[in-house]
Order: sequence, then C-alpha cells, then structure tokens
Amino acid sequence: MIELFEARKVYHAGEPNEFVALQGITLKLNAREMTVIQGPSGSGKTTLLSLIGGMVRPTSGRIYLLGREITSLPERFLTEIRRRTFGFIFQHFNLVRGVSALENVMLPAFPTGESRAALKKRALSLLGLFDVASKAAARVEHLSGGEAQRVTIARALINNPDAVIADEPTAHLDTRLSCELMEMLGRLKAEGKAVLIASHDPLVAEAPAVDRIVQLRDGRIEGDG
Amino acid sequence: MAPWIERQRNILDFTLSSLMRRKRKTLALVFVYTLVVFLLASVLFIASALKKEASLVLQDSPEMIVQRTSAGRHDPIPLSYLDSIKGLPGVQSARGRLWGYYYDSIVGANYTIIVPETGPSGKGSIDIGAGIARVRSLLAGDTMEFRSFRGEILELTVRDILSPTSELVSSDLIVISEDDFRTLFGGPEDRVTDLIVRVKNARELPTIAQKIAERLPDTRIVLREEILRTYEAVFSWRGGILIIILAGAALAFMILAWDKASGLSPEEKKEIGILKAIGWETSDVLLLKFWEGMAVSLTSFLLGILLAYVHAFATSGALFVPVLKGWGVLYPKFRLVPDLDAPLIIALFFLTVVPYIVSTIIPSWRAAIVDPDAVMR
Amino acid sequence: MIFHPLIIALLGASLLVCFLVLYAAAFGSQILRRWDLKSGSELQLALERKTYLISTLLSYLFALELLSLFLFIFTADRIHPFFIGAMCAAGSLDVNGFGTATLLVKIASFLLAGLWLILNAVDNRGIDYPLIRTKYAFLLGIAPLVLAETVFQALYFLRLKPDITTSCCSTLFDSSGGTIASSLAALPAQPMKVVFFVSLILTAAAGILFLIKRRGAGLFAVLSGSHLVVSVLSILSFISVYFYELPTHHCPFCILQKGYGYIGYPIYIAVLGAGLCGLAVGILAPFRKVPSLSEVVPAAQRKLALTALIGLVVFAVIVVHRMIVSNLILR
Repeated sequence: MIELFEARKVYHAGEPNEFVALQGITLKLNAREMTVIQGPSGSGKTTLLSLIGGMVRPTSGRIYLLGREITSLPERFLTEIRRRTFGFIFQHFNLVRGVSALENVMLPAFPTGESRAALKKRALSLLGLFDVASKAAARVEHLSGGEAQRVTIARALINNPDAVIADEPTAHLDTRLSCELMEMLGRLKAEGKAVLIASHDPLVAEAPAVDRIVQLRDGRIEGDG
Repeated sequence: MAPWIERQRNILDFTLSSLMRRKRKTLALVFVYTLVVFLLASVLFIASALKKEASLVLQDSPEMIVQRTSAGRHDPIPLSYLDSIKGLPGVQSARGRLWGYYYDSIVGANYTIIVPETGPSGKGSIDIGAGIARVRSLLAGDTMEFRSFRGEILELTVRDILSPTSELVSSDLIVISEDDFRTLFGGPEDRVTDLIVRVKNARELPTIAQKIAERLPDTRIVLREEILRTYEAVFSWRGGILIIILAGAALAFMILAWDKASGLSPEEKKEIGILKAIGWETSDVLLLKFWEGMAVSLTSFLLGILLAYVHAFATSGALFVPVLKGWGVLYPKFRLVPDLDAPLIIALFFLTVVPYIVSTIIPSWRAAIVDPDAVMR
Repeated sequence: MIFHPLIIALLGASLLVCFLVLYAAAFGSQILRRWDLKSGSELQLALERKTYLISTLLSYLFALELLSLFLFIFTADRIHPFFIGAMCAAGSLDVNGFGTATLLVKIASFLLAGLWLILNAVDNRGIDYPLIRTKYAFLLGIAPLVLAETVFQALYFLRLKPDITTSCCSTLFDSSGGTIASSLAALPAQPMKVVFFVSLILTAAAGILFLIKRRGAGLFAVLSGSHLVVSVLSILSFISVYFYELPTHHCPFCILQKGYGYIGYPIYIAVLGAGLCGLAVGILAPFRKVPSLSEVVPAAQRKLALTALIGLVVFAVIVVHRMIVSNLILR
C-alpha cells in the first residue's frame, strides 16, 4: 500500500547545522497490518512518520501510495490525498482548545466542502463508537485524558482513511488506557486499515495485535520483523 | 458550486469562533480600526454636507455679477452701464446692487451690509443675521450703533433676526434700506456696488459675458458657476488637508495591522499547525486569514461609518466643523443635512479597508505556510 | 493638484497596487530562475510556498484594479465642476493628456491581470505545475504596465488645476469636433449598428461552435477581442445616444450616473467580462497539448466560453431593449 524507495531527509542542507534525519529508507507497508516503528529518540521515527503520511517531502528518493508516485506532488494534491488516506493521532493529542469535541472531530473535513449536516451526523456516530458521544458539546479543556484520547481517534477517522498513523500515542497514558488504546487500534486493523505506530513503549510493541516491528536507529532501519 | 459555498461557510464559522477565542486582541483591533474609519468618515461626511449646503444656498444667487475695476481694484459701477446690458439679446433682467462691509470694533467682526432687491426695510430699521444677534446679544427691538463715513453715529433699530435656516450665508448679514446705506457709506448717487444680470438661457452665459466685457471694458464679470467651483475647491481642499494629516494616523494603523497579523501568539501558531497537520492546505488557511480580515474590517467599517454619521448629522460635526468652516468670529449655527452617495463610501473603503487588507497579506501568508510536520514534534 | 479625498484614495490605492505587483514580480523572477519540481531541496519547497503568496497578491491586484477603474471614472465625474465646460467625466479626463491614457492603461491592466488569474487557476489543476514558467514570464510583462498606470494616474491628477478650459463631452464627442474622441463618435450610426450586430452574431456563433465542436478556440478569442472594441465604439456611436435621447450626446461615462439608473455598470461589466473570458479561451488553447492539463484546459475553456456568451447576451439584451423603448429614433 505504501512504499518508500531510498527515501532521504536532510534538514538545513548546505548549512553548518545540516542534519540528516533519514538515510535511504526502503520500506513497504500493507493494509490490514499493524506495524510498530521502534527506536530511541532522535532516530528519525517522527520524520519517517511525516514522510509516510505525506506531510513532508523527501530530499531524495521516492514514495508510492496505492501504486501512485507522490514524491513531487504539489501541496494541494498531496493534502487532498493525505486527507483521504491517512488519519493522524498525535503524541500530545493536539486538539484545538476552546472548541467543542464535536467540532474538533469535524475539523479535518471542513476544506472538503461537505455539507455541515452530514458531517455532524458522521462525527456524532464516530464519537458514539468510542463511547464519548455524551461529551460531544464539551470543550476539550474539560475532557479527561481518556476521553481526549478517544476524541483524537474519532477525529482521525472522520474522512474514512485507509491508514491510521500514531506518534507515541501512549506517552501520556497510564497502563489501563494504553491497553485500551491498543485494543481500539486493533479493531481498526481488523476493519482493513493499515496501522502504523511509532513508539518506544514496550507495552505497544508487545501488544497482541502487532504484526511487525521495524527498528530504527540514526535514520537507518536496523531490523524488520 | 455547493461544495465551494459549504467550504466557505465552514471555514467562516471556524474563523468567527477563533476570533472570539482571542477576544482581547480582536476587540483592541476593532476599536482602533473603528476609530480610524470614524475619523476619516466624519471628515468626508461633513465636508460633503457643507458643500451641498453651500451649493443649495447659492442656487438663488445671481448667475452673473458685473463689477467695475479701476487700477485693478474694485470700484463702484455707474448705473448707466445698465443700458448697455439690458439691450443685449438673451438678457432677462439687470439691476444694480448695493452692499458693503462694515467692521465692528466692539467684537472684531466684519458684517456684510446689503440693500435688498424687494421688500421694505424702512428707513431707520435693519434685519440682522443670527450670528450677529448672538455675538452682540441683540434681540428684535434693540438698537445698534454704527459709525458713518462722516464719523457720525447712526442708530438703527433691529426689526427682525434673519431665519436660522439660511445661516450659512446670512449669519453676518445686515439688511438695510437704501437711504440708510447711503448715510452710512456715502458714495455718489448714480453708482452702485455691482450689477446683477439674469439671463433666459444658462448656456448663453459665456457669450453674454463676453459681449458685456467688450462693451464695458472696465468691468469684471463673475459667474455663479465660478463661485460654486471655488467653494468646491475650498471645501475639497480643506477636506483633503485633514485627510493628509490623518495619513499619519493611517500609516500607524497599517503598521499596527501588520504587527497584529504577524504577531501570532504561540496558541495561534499551534492552532494553525494542528489544522495543517489534520488535513488543511495552505490555501485553506489563507482563506481562514482572509475571512478573519474581512470580519474585522466589515465590522469596524460599518461601525465607524455609523458613528461618523451620528457625529456628523446628529451632533452636526461637533469635533471637526471649526476647521472645515473657518469663518473667523461668526460661526453660523446650522444642522448639516446628510448627503451621502456611493463614491463617498467607496473612497472611505479605499482609504481604510484596502490598506488594512494589504498590510495583512504577507503576514497571513507567513502564518499559512507553516509546515505540518512542525506540529508532529 | 486638487486635494479631493477621492483623488487621495485613488493615489493611495495605486501606490499599494504598485507595491503588490513589484513584490509579486520580484518573487516571480526568482521562481523563473530556480524552479525545479523534481528536487526536494528546501529552496524548491520555499519557492512552492511562495507561489501561494503571488497568487494571493495577484488576486487582490485584480480586485483592486477593477474597483479603482470604476472609482477613477467616478472621481473624474465628481471633479468635473472644477473645469469650465466639463459636464461629466469625459470633460475631466480631457483636461490634460494623461487622463484618457490612464483609463486605457487601467483597462489593459485589468484585462491582463484577469488573464493571469485564469492561467493560474488552470496551472494549479495540473499536478506538475506545467505552466509555471509561462505564468511568471507573463507576470514580468504585466508589472511595467501597472507601474505605467500608477505614473500616468499620478501625473494626471498632479497636473490638474481647477478652472482650466476643456471641452465638455458634448463638444468632445460632438460630430463636428476635431479630436480623436469626436471622430470616433462621428462614426455614423446606421453602419455602426450593422457592424455591431454582425459582430455580435459572429462572435456568439463562434462561441457556440466552440462549445459544441470543441474547435475554433482561436477564432472565438479573436472575435471576442474585436467585439470588445466594436462594443465600445458602438457605445460611443449609437448606444449611449439611445440612453440619453439626445442625438449629440455620445459620452460613454454618463451612463454610469445615477440619473440613468447606473446602467453603465452592468453594461461595462458584461462587455469587459465577455471580452476577458473570450480572450482567455484563446490564450489557453495552446496548452491543451500539455499532458497534465489534457482534461483541465478543455473544461476551463468550456466554462469561460459559456461565461463569455452570457456576457454577450446580457449586453445585447440591454442594448436591444433600450433601442426599442427609447424615445429617440436614430437614422
């Protein structure tokens, strides 16, 4: 589903603080598969996630999505594809403060021009799926950690993506919530989505739903299994 | 078409909620913006109303005035000149006019003294303008003392005070009888101050003026058109000067706009980062910024115009009118009548909203190009 | 110089417009030199982000040009009392040599900015920025025109002194005068009517032919351009006369006034809009062959052709309606 060929990412090229985040990554990710990218901080996990998720363009190398090359696509096309294909779950939740949970879930779909009524319905049903429908009108500041986490997942699914990408999702969660999260992600995998998680949390790597672990160190793949 | 509208609607909704989330900053901006619009709009409204008032009042003034000059200075004109004028084709009527200036040392003001065309103002009595009445605290029935050209005291009774509706032109006017005029100012009996001419067809004015000038070479002809033009020029000029002075304020405003638009708080930066990370494109964020600018601009613009309208026409421009009228000691009191039209509003728009929008283009763009992966870290 | 607030507003706006276009052109030249889509370098990414800025700047430019075009005519109309003999905007513009020049350059800038925006919209639909070089070369051509407009306008206003004698529009556009403007109005009404309606029918036919058969884009563009000119000449020659119901009144600006129901606005918007869209159909034609635009260009051309036709029809309806209800009979 997603393929990278010799993808490299260099920041501040040609300057004294030049930094090579990724050095020629070749990787293939499939649907109905949960992959965990493991590695210490600074190993390039987040950059790899950004690259796969179409948020950043590689300095060299190629990226294919569903068979189509997206390496040099202009931003407006890339963003449209990204919206349809990926749902993101961020490390710090990254919900918009001062806005209700429901509105947060609807936000990623605003640019598509979908009718607000239809959008609202779908958002509400997603919140219901994760048992937070009662908190739909609440502002995000008033949500507990667990509730916020569920809202984040609901948001990631609003555009019916083919893949879900999560960056250190358990960083601020206790054991019980972490297990719940892995279980919810497992359900998504079962529905046919590709799930990609970057984490150095052993709890994540040891979860039963995980199919594959990729070890990353200093921008290079060290292990894949 | 419908998706496009929905997209605008959704983004506009979010814009308004995000402006409300930053109440203090938004209100501060709207306040300054409204103030700028208010100042400029007041100037324009008042100047335009004054112009209109002047032209309305001048409508009744004679189309053509013939004056005599001697060595480049104004001189009384012989009544006999009327014969040369009356005979010209196209002239409806011509008559002499008696008027002059009188300096009142008590209040340091100049009065215009005129002998009316029709109607009695019996010998010994005068009608005075409302401005004079105020400044000298006179009521009907009081007497006023004048010093004649021979140094004698002439006492005249105030019969009536001229109606306030014509104050713009009559504030400093004294209407007097011909006999009293002659007593006050002297001068030969067969000469008057100037001649006024009425023609049948306004288009022929320049031709007739030319013929009079040929026949009476020592005369100077003033057309009402020219007076109107001069008033236009003066009011526009004064209005323009005020605007130039306010340009300093406008410039400061633009700098403020730029600064506010550039100075994104960390909260705002994070918000935009999140939007881009979850699937908003640069042009979507630009649209957000556009609607932000529009919401602030339109609110301030409408509010500023409303306040200026109230200021100009309900309070008759209490703040600015002295500069625009510039009449020295005697200030006519009158109510300004609204005379607005589209070009005025459009000029205001160009002077306020357009600079604001332009100041915010580049800061908005800088905000919108934030990399989504910055938020991942 | 007359310190009228409208004039200050116009001069200020034109300075802003100058700033916009110079900024855009500077970035445009940078893009022309260093653009390389295949590279993932940071420079390339920065350039791609800059294209958003330039599109935004040009969109505002276009809107400002349109507004200031009408405001310019409004202002000329407003200040006509300052000049002896000037009865409307035409007289004001004739006071010194830069008046009409400014107007013509403003219209040209507006049309070119419009064409650029259409080109930009088409380019954005192609997944590899196919027209990027063409676009920015074009932009470098527009910039001097906008600068010229600012200079002309400034010179026009700065040299205005009240009470200068000028020709009123009825002598300017009077058939017996000697200026260029009067020789245009002197185009006899009957033949001009024929020319107008023939041009209208030919242009509309070319447009319909293009919509149905997808051919003849160039022809339609050329006819649209010429019809634009013919329309303006017709307004001078006979259309305005029908509105004023006075055989000697040919002024093209008085129809913008309140007294005629502001009919001038729909007329000029229809005429300019139809001309712009028709020309755009032709400008886009050579790019049909670009692979990433093979579907985008024909779709855009269709929309533009349709808009142009609507503009043509609206204008024609206004003209014919006026010719029927007018109290004037023109031979």
